[in-house]
Amino acid sequence: MSEPYLPAGLPTPVPERNGLSAPFWQGAREERLKVQRNPRTGVYQWPPQWIAHDTQTFELDWVEVEPKGVIYSWTRVWHPVHPALKDACPYIVVVVELPHAGGVRMLGNLLGDPRQEVVIGAPAEAVFEHHNDADPTFTLVQWRRADGPFDRPAGNL
Amino acid sequence: MSERSLRGKVAVAGVGETPYYRHGQSPDPEFVLCLKAILAACGDAGIDPRDLDGFASYSNDRNDPPSLATALGTHELRFSNMQWGGGGGGGAGAMANAAAAIVGGLADCVVVYRALAQGQFGRFGQGPRVSTVSGDSGLTVPYGQMSPAQYYAPKAMRFMHEHGIGQEALRAIALASYHHAQANPRAVMHGRPLTEEKYDESRWITEPFHLYDCCMENDGAAAVILVSAERARNLKQTPTYVLGAAIGAGYRVHSTQAGFATPDLASSHFKEVARHMYDMAGVAASDVDVVQCYENFTGGVLMALVEHGFFAPDQAMDFLKLENLIAPTGKLPLNTSGGNLAECYMHGLELQIEAVRQIRGQSTSQVPGADVSLAVAGPMVTPVSTILFGSEAAL
Repeated sequence: MSEPYLPAGLPTPVPERNGLSAPFWQGAREERLKVQRNPRTGVYQWPPQWIAHDTQTFELDWVEVEPKGVIYSWTRVWHPVHPALKDACPYIVVVVELPHAGGVRMLGNLLGDPRQEVVIGAPAEAVFEHHNDADPTFTLVQWRRADGPFDRPAGNL
Repeated sequence: MSERSLRGKVAVAGVGETPYYRHGQSPDPEFVLCLKAILAACGDAGIDPRDLDGFASYSNDRNDPPSLATALGTHELRFSNMQWGGGGGGGAGAMANAAAAIVGGLADCVVVYRALAQGQFGRFGQGPRVSTVSGDSGLTVPYGQMSPAQYYAPKAMRFMHEHGIGQEALRAIALASYHHAQANPRAVMHGRPLTEEKYDESRWITEPFHLYDCCMENDGAAAVILVSAERARNLKQTPTYVLGAAIGAGYRVHSTQAGFATPDLASSHFKEVARHMYDMAGVAASDVDVVQCYENFTGGVLMALVEHGFFAPDQAMDFLKLENLIAPTGKLPLNTSGGNLAECYMHGLELQIEAVRQIRGQSTSQVPGADVSLAVAGPMVTPVSTILFGSEAAL
């Protein structure tokens, strides 16, 4: 297993006790990208919510969407604010828009050279970064450029 | 104009501050700082502290009204109010809530206050020291996205991308604060000027924010006393009237953590809020003489100035030049005490006080004849708030 983008020691993401986001985290373990959708109107929403913002139904579906998107914005972090990141800077955080899923936006790291030029509007694809040694285990949805110099596989993540 | 308005009905009677300290350097506990600032404001107003009957704050201030009222011996506690939202988004909102309480007859003499002693209670700009995260934090913290600078950077980055705005615009905002701090002996950065070179050479915190684009963290306290306009006219100080105020956020702005999902990401969230404020005040952006705009990060100031109508996004590079932003000669003097970047990070209540000083003619970087003075609280935070003050002549 290749190295995760950021070093170990950050807080582990876990679904809430009430399970609101559990389908997303389970989906990521299975390398499937899942978001919520209103079954009646087809309106997607992200991050997880109890209620559909358009019709106020509590009956939301979890649907699998194609794990790709477009870089909408970004930041490159140079100043660590957590001890686990002391030697991890810089690293890149991207906001990725999913046009085929109603334009919902997700947040992740942009894999590859942390000093690379980040291009707003560039296509990106999801990479499922498994943390199999963590307790509990989890998988992060990460992103890499789906064009240009960064289209090589990022190891066997 | 609607009958339901704050315009001209409430005035600032007194302002007070403790000395401002670097974070962790306060010799006093936070509660004592808070009491000292309130007493200073009472002294400035010529009001007996026991006659305060309302307390309003924001950002989950730890000094609760019953404790303050008890300590001060106030005769009666009639109004205790906390504006929702973290950071400085509620600074003008707490003022507006206090004013609304006075107009609505809930209280007669309300103090708005904020106190911070970070040596006692820990700092803001640090990530969580926990073993697990859930909810919106679960979608950000594992990616190393966990401080205010990191949460808000993509908003500014997108805005700058959409409108072709360069780093020089942010730099001018930082330079303006530092410029004004050099005239202000209260400022923590007094005697420590900033130059273009020093800004350019400063380290990145998180792009597009250099070190000097980010607010300080400080210890201290500030307080502002509001009373009815009629009463203010009989007190010590020249009244500074509330012309208009508004609190809020746009469509589906999400939590701070999940701010990445906000449909209008490239916004400081003042589009509707500023309009409501101007509508109540009955003035336009062109009537504003001087602006205090909360600098959590300069990128938020950039967007807030646009959303308050001072210039179009595509004019930002021309407008945001140091000469335009400094008192007394600039087109739009900005953060004339040094603000959060260079005076003190008192969660923006120091900016409310500076807005009042401009109306009174007491600023260390006074704008001549300032009659309309704007104080913008916490851009990019949700909810945000904004307030416009005026002199007697502005009524």
